[in-house]
Amino acid sequence: MQKIASIASTITLALALSTGALAADKLKIGFVYVGPVGDFGYSYQHDQGRLAMQKALGDKVETTFLENVPENDSERSIEQLARTGHKLIFTTSFGYMDPTLKVAKKYPDVMFEHATGYKRDKNVATYSARFHEGRYVIGQIAGKMTKSNTIGYVAAFPIPEVVSGINSFYLGALSTNPNVKLKIVWANTWFDPGKEADAAKALLAQGADIISQHTDSAAPLQEAEKAGKLGFGQASNMERFAPKAQLSAIIDDWSGYYTARAQLALDGKWTSTDTWDGIGKKMVIMAPFKNMPDDVKAMAEKTTAAIGSGALNPFKCPVLDQAGKDQCKAGAAALEDGQVLSMNWYVKGIDDKVPQ
Amino acid sequence: MNVQIIELVLVTIVTAATPLIIASVGELVVERAGVLNLGVEGMMIAGAAIGFAVAFLTGSTFLGALAAIAAGMFMSLLFGILAVGLAANQVASGLALTILGLGSAGLAGASFVGQKRESAASLYIPGLSDLPLVGKLVFGEDMFVYTALALVIAVSWFLNRTRAGLALRAVGENHGSAHALGLPVRRTRMLAVLFGGACAGLAGGYLSLAYTPFWSPGMTAGRGWIALALVVFSSWKPWRLLAGALLFGGATVLQLHAQAASIGLPGQVLSALPYLATILALVVLSLRNRRGSIAPGSLGTPFIPDR
Repeated sequence: MQKIASIASTITLALALSTGALAADKLKIGFVYVGPVGDFGYSYQHDQGRLAMQKALGDKVETTFLENVPENDSERSIEQLARTGHKLIFTTSFGYMDPTLKVAKKYPDVMFEHATGYKRDKNVATYSARFHEGRYVIGQIAGKMTKSNTIGYVAAFPIPEVVSGINSFYLGALSTNPNVKLKIVWANTWFDPGKEADAAKALLAQGADIISQHTDSAAPLQEAEKAGKLGFGQASNMERFAPKAQLSAIIDDWSGYYTARAQLALDGKWTSTDTWDGIGKKMVIMAPFKNMPDDVKAMAEKTTAAIGSGALNPFKCPVLDQAGKDQCKAGAAALEDGQVLSMNWYVKGIDDKVPQ
Repeated sequence: MNVQIIELVLVTIVTAATPLIIASVGELVVERAGVLNLGVEGMMIAGAAIGFAVAFLTGSTFLGALAAIAAGMFMSLLFGILAVGLAANQVASGLALTILGLGSAGLAGASFVGQKRESAASLYIPGLSDLPLVGKLVFGEDMFVYTALALVIAVSWFLNRTRAGLALRAVGENHGSAHALGLPVRRTRMLAVLFGGACAGLAGGYLSLAYTPFWSPGMTAGRGWIALALVVFSSWKPWRLLAGALLFGGATVLQLHAQAASIGLPGQVLSALPYLATILALVVLSLRNRRGSIAPGSLGTPFIPDR
């Protein structure tokens, strides 16, 4: 039903767009979001990035966004932005990949930026964040903070981004606690607060005392708080939902990237690039480390800094899979980006199977 | 599994089933009166948004629940005017109601995103609530759970044991005959629609006030549609509906627990389990009812009185 709702919102926005297309001297920038800006997670963070860019560049830019745009019906939304004079368009979900390329062919003088995809063109750039770097940090914290040596993980779908997150988290946890066990529950949804909460309850019942999540609502974290256990926020700082339980959160910060790209477009220096930044370029930010002893906090800060400087790679070689085989290319220092971006196997020690 | 885990699983099943029970028992009455309201999802989300907003502003879960009911009723009133009053197409009106609900709830709730409040209080009877296994299950739920059960009992009694219930069923089975008998077809349907809206609103309020006590757009996540399916599943009988909701909630929750306990079944199969169970039950039910359709005779057909 989100689909129909979004059609309705697209129509309303179309009206808004057609009346506001007068100011010609400004650079018009459009954004397409997969969820509502009020999800307080993924789409919310993209919108925070948009607002920060608007603030930084002020009068020079004018921004518009379309929210709740379903991936399989996004082409006309993207085209609408291109048709109404938007010269730089950010499409922020994986499923917008082919529609973005299609529209880009029709509008060669419009610059497109597609998030989390891998197909580029002369006027289509791609960008994503190394979320797994943050997961290594919270894994280390979880390893230190668990008393039952059992950590729960609420996961959305078995796609490479989620699987590499699980691996990175587990390797982090293992580095601080050799006895740690990871229990994974697939919710098979990105966003269903009730089901996510039930998944967290199931993990708590199995003895997990820390809940980590790769689904978008604050519900699992809130369950941890209710049970007097600990957890981590997802995509944005969810501290207000669980002031006693949130140890930290992985925050997607797109503001620097959006501002830089818009500035390049303003200067006429924009080119199609592929960006995959993490903690180092501050595209991934760790929320303040709380509810933990000072030594754990110091360790987490040190690890964050080491990953940021490039001194530490969560997937440093050797990286053994469940069969014990080293997945590294001969002589490599760490897994290659391509290997992380297509990861569909667990590292050694995770007592589970990746659903196929 | 020890007793504590079993109790926790049972409690979780009940809480997962509660919004389905409340929403679908309302829709059951609507459909027994011959009206198909596909807008359950929209009314639920409106209830979730307004319920949370009022509870947050007043600090009272009870007032929030009342506001959720009012929001659901208001939405259903719009549907009733169209589908019952003006005899518009019920399917189209219901779908429109869902779109309207999702959109306006997002708008009304926009300033409450990211706010949290305490979950609705649970009943606590010293001694009884501490009993092993059944303590929390029977004596330690929140008010929505008891309301859901009371609603099933009340609706079952109303439909089967009261004159008004008989009239409502007559209106749903054959509105022409009911009209000829002098029964107020449109008034009966309007009241049924309002009752359905109240239930859907309350079910939405349960989500944002008790289940996961915060507001987020789209938080109903398709439960309105499951409620609609449950009505068919139950062959329009309240007690079967209760069983169906518990079965559906049970299968959903059990698969999560099975994953957490590392019972070696793939997640997708386990996630599909509730739906497989639903299909299986539907097959069994329809085999038993081979005599023909078990749906109310006038379901979905607009009524225009001839004078």
